Amino acid sequence: MIDAEKEESVAKILLWAVSLISVSSLFAIFTYIFLRGSKVINLEFLMTAPNPIFWAGGIFPQIVGSLYLVALCTAVATPLGISAAIFLSEYARNNFITKTTRFFILTLAGIPTIVIGLFGLTFLVYRLDFRVSLFSAGIALSFLTLPWTITVSEESMRAVPMEYREAALALGATKWQTTWHVVFKAAAPGIITGILLGIGKALGETTIPLMCGGSGLETFLPRSLFEPVGGLPVYTFIFATQGNVSSAVDRAFGGSLVLTLMFLVLSASALVVRNRYQKKLRK
Amino acid sequence: MKREGHRSVLEKAIEIMLFLGAASSIVIVFLIVIFMMLEAYPALNPDFLLGWTWDPKKEMFGIFQTGVSTIYVGAGAIILATVIGVPTAVFLSDFCRYNVRNIIKPSIELLVGIPTIVLGFFGLMVVVPFIRNSFGGWGFSVLAGWIVLAIMSLPHIISISEDALRAVPSSYREAALALGATKWQTVKKVLLPHAKTGITASILLAFGRVMGETMAITMVIGNPRVSWIPASIFDRAKVLTSTILLDWSYVEIPSLHYHSLFGIGVILFLIVALVDVIAVYIIKEGMWKRITEVASWWKRR
Repeated sequence: MIDAEKEESVAKILLWAVSLISVSSLFAIFTYIFLRGSKVINLEFLMTAPNPIFWAGGIFPQIVGSLYLVALCTAVATPLGISAAIFLSEYARNNFITKTTRFFILTLAGIPTIVIGLFGLTFLVYRLDFRVSLFSAGIALSFLTLPWTITVSEESMRAVPMEYREAALALGATKWQTTWHVVFKAAAPGIITGILLGIGKALGETTIPLMCGGSGLETFLPRSLFEPVGGLPVYTFIFATQGNVSSAVDRAFGGSLVLTLMFLVLSASALVVRNRYQKKLRK
Repeated sequence: MKREGHRSVLEKAIEIMLFLGAASSIVIVFLIVIFMMLEAYPALNPDFLLGWTWDPKKEMFGIFQTGVSTIYVGAGAIILATVIGVPTAVFLSDFCRYNVRNIIKPSIELLVGIPTIVLGFFGLMVVVPFIRNSFGGWGFSVLAGWIVLAIMSLPHIISISEDALRAVPSSYREAALALGATKWQTVKKVLLPHAKTGITASILLAFGRVMGETMAITMVIGNPRVSWIPASIFDRAKVLTSTILLDWSYVEIPSLHYHSLFGIGVILFLIVALVDVIAVYIIKEGMWKRITEVASWWKRR
């Protein structure tokens, strides 16, 4: 009995210590990025274009470029993803075709980003001749977020209680009317969470825009879909690894702080939507 | 009656549209796989898989050493993340006060999928100089890779393992405690065995992510020009993903070098897909049961 008590207290202390290490190391990163980055960020940094020669200037085209990329990626992935999710949760029978589809979605979710980048570079950029551009990078990014959108949306539609569907069908609604007006509306918050998480993934992705989208140092905004675009992650990567001046490193801190804040806002809103939704379902 | 017919045609059309949406991911995966295979085909031979050295200047494109380094770096990072992450999950689910957990758990969930460039940059600015100053050498090292990748997969492992632990019915906890078990004994004998599948799956999924991670690892791993198997954890290394990232900008098209980069892409794809599929089958439990059955059969012999 004494041994058990001893073990208990040792285990408690160890668990405390390990948790302290993991939680504090995660938060230390943010404090560090925040402290170094907040020194650089001011209105001028946010509103001007970068200067590739002097490693000076700001990140305005990169912020807007990231938003463009994310917007294009979401515009492609959302309709495809939601229709796939509706099909899988409401229409699909449990047969070979459905199982194959699920298997491929799982595979797509696991493809490393560098492979998608390589594919985008040679297929979209060279073979189909879309060039290193906003379009190529946006399409390649949508391959990354599509499986996320599908999986999360499907799960939230499956979570809608069967009674909702039965009630609608009993009132004479068709299958599609039931799906659209009842199931989809009830699952909307979950689907929005899925889309927001997908946007967060696309926003922080570096490899794909680096290979298909542009150098990250663009001083202009793309005027058409087929012009190169620089995103914040690529900018951070270039300034962090290739500028050997301290002002370049400072700007990389500024870039990563802005990127981190954008990401945290997205993922916080995704969490808030999800929690509200779960509470509502429990009622 | 006519309207009914009209309606059912519309319904059918919608169903087909939805199916096409679902089929899009099949098309994308097929496109990627076929295209990668075609481009990689000239390079896929024993010299590529078992070739010792990767040295573009000498026209040598073997990935054996790079592959071993990749597994070395990935496995180390996952072990580190598991050793730190699972106890944290246990602490959050059973050993801390409810309101503390309610603050820490969501903030960890916020960090799932944090841009890897930020982690790589942190590694470059903090972890690498720290290793250089305290252990000597380059600083760019396997150890730096382990730390950065472990930090990357920590939120994922903590969050899913905690979910798995909390999914254990509370009657199990109560029963164990009522029998006089201490909290730790309950965790060790009841909760962890019960949540085993969920935790293992989360670790495997994180392992797949870690093997396929490019940006963070490229910034801290050192990337010697010629591949080698790192002699110690303070040695630099070259991994599969960083090889593609660093070589694609100057590769000639077409050349054996170019085809070999696609070969690496195919290998990465296969590794990650395999790990993911195993993880999903473990989640479905069939596989896990079969493994334990086989294991116990071996023990009985």
